[in-house]
Amino acid sequence: MPRKVVITGLGATTPIGGDVPTMWANALRGVSGARTIEADWVAKYELPVTFAAQVSTPASEVLTRVEAKRMDPSTQFAVVAAREAWRDSGIEELDKDRLAVAFATGIGGVWTLLDAWDTLREKGPRRVLPMTVPMLMPNGPAAAVSLDLGARAGAHTPVSACASGTEAVHQGLELIRSGKADVVVCGGAEAAIHPMPIAAFASMHALSRRNDEPELASRPYDTGRDGFVMGEGAGALVIEAEEHALARGARIYAELAGTSVTADAYHITAPDPEGLGATRALKAALFDARAQATDVVHVNAHATSTPVGDKPEYVALKTALGSHVDQVAVSATKSQTGHLLGASGAVEAVMTVLALRDRTAPLTINLDNQDPDIPLDVVTAPRELPSGDIVALSNSFGFGGHNAVIVLRSI
Amino acid sequence: MASNEEILTGLAEIVNEETGLAPESVEMDKSFTDDLDIDSISMMTIVVNAEEKFGVRIPDEEVKNLKTVGDAVNFISGAQA
Repeated sequence: MPRKVVITGLGATTPIGGDVPTMWANALRGVSGARTIEADWVAKYELPVTFAAQVSTPASEVLTRVEAKRMDPSTQFAVVAAREAWRDSGIEELDKDRLAVAFATGIGGVWTLLDAWDTLREKGPRRVLPMTVPMLMPNGPAAAVSLDLGARAGAHTPVSACASGTEAVHQGLELIRSGKADVVVCGGAEAAIHPMPIAAFASMHALSRRNDEPELASRPYDTGRDGFVMGEGAGALVIEAEEHALARGARIYAELAGTSVTADAYHITAPDPEGLGATRALKAALFDARAQATDVVHVNAHATSTPVGDKPEYVALKTALGSHVDQVAVSATKSQTGHLLGASGAVEAVMTVLALRDRTAPLTINLDNQDPDIPLDVVTAPRELPSGDIVALSNSFGFGGHNAVIVLRSI
Repeated sequence: MASNEEILTGLAEIVNEETGLAPESVEMDKSFTDDLDIDSISMMTIVVNAEEKFGVRIPDEEVKNLKTVGDAVNFISGAQA
């Protein structure tokens, strides 16, 4: 039997709440974090998309000015979320040689990179700040969290586009099971609401253009969906070997029972329409968790609100869970948070843990006319989950054909 | 041209912006590394910001000679002359 791993700490900074309690209260109420972007660059570059889901609490309100100065916004979000998760875990004494970090990002320090390029062109090489490289590197968030908490059992950065955050949780589980660490702070961070990524995602027609109604733009499974809404922020989880958590009398939220990561090898951006890679990930994750399809009561779906993306996930769920899929309460929380790219899986893992703790599934908003090709039982009103031993899934998929699934079990 | 007093005040502002150290702790006899705990990356940022603020050029090979705040103030003062 592999070591049993449990979740003992949660942290988040998101468009619907700057900490976990605020985010979760909003997720159960059903709010949109999407707003028109109040920045002069939207008009300056005539961006075709003028809105996004920005964090509700700027990192500058949480970190000191000097801390923030040395971190790309993606790293700022990571540190904010990781500190909350760490405090929440209540860990006071720990051999830090046994503490690891697995913190993902999809895009990395894009603000730092492009600001430095502007500086180089406008003011010359001497004005490019010496902190530029450590700020733009994709391992920046993981390194900063490691430094902040003193974690010395390795600091890892899985990068798999929008599956990154979930893959970080997967990696965390592997680190504990393999005996390389007893405690892992895992999560994902993203800060890419910058004109260039917006232009690039818009150019591939991945973004919603509902500029006049930002709050209604992220509408997974709705027939009127026209793309995702860029989000930003971070999610973090403290995961721990069960024996370690029990020995210190920790409050345990849920068991991180199993994970799986697969690749489609189908197309660089398009999901396999039959969802074969996602199906394999779902089945393997359930097997890894020693769970049956019929144990599953709740899925936090990837469901980004793109016309092409939402359906293959349904096909995969139907294939992996069989007719039991009709009994599963599916939440598409990107309808509220927007798509946090490399952070989305981590934020959704946090929500799924809380759904198990409170036996309540978070809401999907903006579902007015459900796509008849996606007949899932979508949670649009407060929904209680069953008592007893229950299992919930969180799915993430990323450009490149990455599929990542985590399986959580109630305590 | 700024007086040494004005240069010290300006330099203290730059140091505060980069490190968070209180401006009044930035005194002429303080060592950047031993007293103020400023690492080489912060030092380079301070140097470049000082160049812009005081309109001078501080060559890289000169930076290692600026051990104290007073060394920097005197160098900037001399470079402005």
